[in-house]
Amino acid sequence: MTAGVRWSYVCRLADIVPNTGVAAKIGTEQVAVFRVVDAQSGAEQVYAIGNRDPKSGAMVMARGLIGDVQGEPVVAAPVYKQHHALRDGRCLEDPALAVPVYPVRVFEGMVLVRNLPQSENP
Amino acid sequence: MSARRLVLVGHGMVGQRFLENIAQAKDRFAVTVLCEEPRPAYDRVNLTSYFSGKDAQALSLVPEGFFARTGFELRLGEGAAAIDRSARTVTTTRGAVLPYDVLVLATGSSPFVPPVPGREREHCYVYRTIEDLDAIKAAANVSKIGTVVGGGLLGLEAAKALKDLGLETHVVEFAPRLMAVQLDEFGGRLLRKKIEALGVRVHLSRNTTRIAAGESARHRMLFADGEHLETDVIVFSAGIRPRDELARAAGLALGPRGGIAIDGACRTSDPAIYAIGECAAWHGTIFGLVAPGYDMARVAAQQLLEAPAEFAGADLSTKLKLLGVEVASIGDAHGNTPGALSYFFSDERAGHYKKLVTSADGKRLLGAVLVGDAGDYGTLLAMVQNGLPLPAQPETLILPAHEGSKTQGLGSELLPAGATICSCNNVCKGALCAAIEAGATTLGALKKSTKASTSCGGCATLVKQILDAELRRRGVVVTNHLCEHFPHTRQELFHLVRLGGLKTFDEVLVKHGRGLGCDICKPAVASILAACWNEFVLAPKHASIQDTNDYYLANLQKDGTYSVVPRVPGGEITPEKLIVLGKVAQRFGLYTKITGGQRIDLFGARLEQLPLIWKDLIAAGFESGHAYGKAVRTVKSCVGSTWCRYGVQDSVGLAIKLEQRYRGIRSPHKLKLGVSGCTRECAEAQGKDVGVIATEKGWNLYVCGNGGMRPRHADLLAADLDEATLVRYIDRFLMFYIRTADRLQRTSVWLENLEGGIDYVRQVVCEDRLGIAAELEAEMQKLVDSYECEWKKALSNPETLKRFRHFVNTPAADPSIRFVTERGQIRPAQRQEKDAPAAAAAELVS
Repeated sequence: MTAGVRWSYVCRLADIVPNTGVAAKIGTEQVAVFRVVDAQSGAEQVYAIGNRDPKSGAMVMARGLIGDVQGEPVVAAPVYKQHHALRDGRCLEDPALAVPVYPVRVFEGMVLVRNLPQSENP
Repeated sequence: MSARRLVLVGHGMVGQRFLENIAQAKDRFAVTVLCEEPRPAYDRVNLTSYFSGKDAQALSLVPEGFFARTGFELRLGEGAAAIDRSARTVTTTRGAVLPYDVLVLATGSSPFVPPVPGREREHCYVYRTIEDLDAIKAAANVSKIGTVVGGGLLGLEAAKALKDLGLETHVVEFAPRLMAVQLDEFGGRLLRKKIEALGVRVHLSRNTTRIAAGESARHRMLFADGEHLETDVIVFSAGIRPRDELARAAGLALGPRGGIAIDGACRTSDPAIYAIGECAAWHGTIFGLVAPGYDMARVAAQQLLEAPAEFAGADLSTKLKLLGVEVASIGDAHGNTPGALSYFFSDERAGHYKKLVTSADGKRLLGAVLVGDAGDYGTLLAMVQNGLPLPAQPETLILPAHEGSKTQGLGSELLPAGATICSCNNVCKGALCAAIEAGATTLGALKKSTKASTSCGGCATLVKQILDAELRRRGVVVTNHLCEHFPHTRQELFHLVRLGGLKTFDEVLVKHGRGLGCDICKPAVASILAACWNEFVLAPKHASIQDTNDYYLANLQKDGTYSVVPRVPGGEITPEKLIVLGKVAQRFGLYTKITGGQRIDLFGARLEQLPLIWKDLIAAGFESGHAYGKAVRTVKSCVGSTWCRYGVQDSVGLAIKLEQRYRGIRSPHKLKLGVSGCTRECAEAQGKDVGVIATEKGWNLYVCGNGGMRPRHADLLAADLDEATLVRYIDRFLMFYIRTADRLQRTSVWLENLEGGIDYVRQVVCEDRLGIAAELEAEMQKLVDSYECEWKKALSNPETLKRFRHFVNTPAADPSIRFVTERGQIRPAQRQEKDAPAAAAAELVS
């Protein structure tokens, strides 16, 4: 399965309320895309991780609250509130609970996600 | 070095433990084990479970393949007949002569049978081995009545066995109370009461003089006082005697009351011979418990492994469940220490008895007795064993928690170390303290290392309190800062927001915080903003700081679906509205359940269904129930004077008024209210944050009650109020709490941490000591006036409704959500049900 690696259009950046996430269907996978805006500097960053909460098994990561832990941007899983780093998907409380990370970019206001995770088990 | 020849006489619990201890050096010993019973070591402590279903195999203590793996030789059904110390040989009951370099005696004990004439009659037994149990079992089949001689620990175990076998059960005890060694008079009396309530007859101060043929049963037991008891089966369980006969014959030194004398190394008077377990006497003391025996097994093994250890006696404290009754005895339970003081607490209704024995100066705990509830055993034992200082009022250790109001401001510090804090992951306070000691000094680290508060999270506040208290105790400066992003307490932040006129999270963050914020400060600030300005929580500027429940105005469940709870003020609902709820549930295939707050919860709603469900509900006149928010939830009521023969006021009417007044008000944590129409308190108002109970003259107002994890009876704030005053006081109380509490701090905990306690609340609310009463009322009135149904508002806003879809790039539903049918309704499919092959998955309802 090396074919089919491509960037998929998810939505307009403006469709994502700042500091929230949305879930996107990329092929058969569910991806959570977050738009993080730093209120102090106005700096903006988009992240994409797997939408499946590894602790509850529910497809809800996109609904988590965004924040930072010691400067590391994180999302708190909405069911049991464990924190996952948005940059690499690892769980800050339990290393066994990582989520996959997807390449994501914004091109002319469009949010694009590449459809294969960078690695299966980061 | 060739292997040393080691002979172990006796393969009971202690013998087996000894073997396990030396198994690590198995090549250094050639071990022969003599076991006179026909089966290897088994769990004698849990012998009774043999009657309640466990078979002999399940009781076995020998790991699969143990003897094959170690090369130790086990000779079953072969005991020791004699020891020749000069030749260093043991002669077995089968005539074999075994030479030894080291001999270990673990011969245990035998049950003591009082020398009563007639004790040799048939169907008279002892209670020690599986063979004894088999015989008792057989006898029970042809008997109706069973009697145990001995009301100690083992006797009561035996009584349970007889009861399990379906016999009418009696216990005959020579002493004037049960468990005379461990319990005092009150404790013994309560235990007797409880055991008799289970149908076991207890006969105390009965000295059996003779057993003869009975008239209505097999035997007649005759007592010294002239009374008698007829019974079919007799089990003697009147104590144990050490099996020291081999040692005695071999000329080894014995203890003054029998038992093979040993030193701290568990060595007998012959340095080549060790004795461990119940056959041994250390400084003349025989330990009839397994724990000291295990300790001796460890010490003896260490000696042989040249890693010397010392047996230094053992604590005879015990905790056990006898016939379902928890009993514990710790240290000097009888207060035999000169000058010892005692504290008692007895609750005959609940069947609890607790006693503390302290030193003459009241500073150290010497012993304790617990009957009915031995939950504090671990803490109290630790206090005795470690000589921990007692609190100034030692009685607080045994008084029930709701009395805690007398020791205002101690909160979590009063909890014993053994108190379970996180019931999901079974973490006790002691474990938390140990983790803090080991360096987990932040809430996150503590949760990670103990797993406390990582499942349901209900104990998070308590965990934080314990952390703060422990750090304070260690001299660490504790800040009540909301989180790493705000160097302020919630109370400070509340004032900063209000005085600064700050209207959004970003304003608050830029002005008073740092970083991006987090899942702690965002909902906390959202709650403060709502309490100050009451703007629509889903307005774009507020949306990103709402927890998922507030973000979707519904309660997230474990599978990613939501539940919906419409408001049913006071629990009063028309048949028409009930039918609507049923129809909506039918239309959307929802699971329905009645809540504790007298409402109906509809489960299994997908994100995209929520607006459709609410469209129907609102059309029928329902409004949001705010079950998703840290907000006023319900006002529970009883039916009141309108219908009830006993009601003195219209509790439903008042409940509806209160619920409509305070509905949806955002607060540090959820708020529950209750109104009862008379003192019978059917609405359980005293378990609510605000409880109102009708009196002949008006209403009594109670505050800071709680059900749930840490139940607390509410305190009476004011009595016999008219309705207008009642509402004013509730306005002030709620607003005062909303202003000053920490995040996720229920009113009960808030009160416990409030200096001055309920008296201070009364001064503020009823006497207006701070001069803020009018302000509090005005703030509350503003919230009441600005109320809007959040769902009605959400439905009217197409921008908001856009968010109610699972995927941003397709209208498809989340394919991972699956339900199965159970008891006629849906429930989330479990992981294995989801993974089931397609054929089986046909049963899945999607």
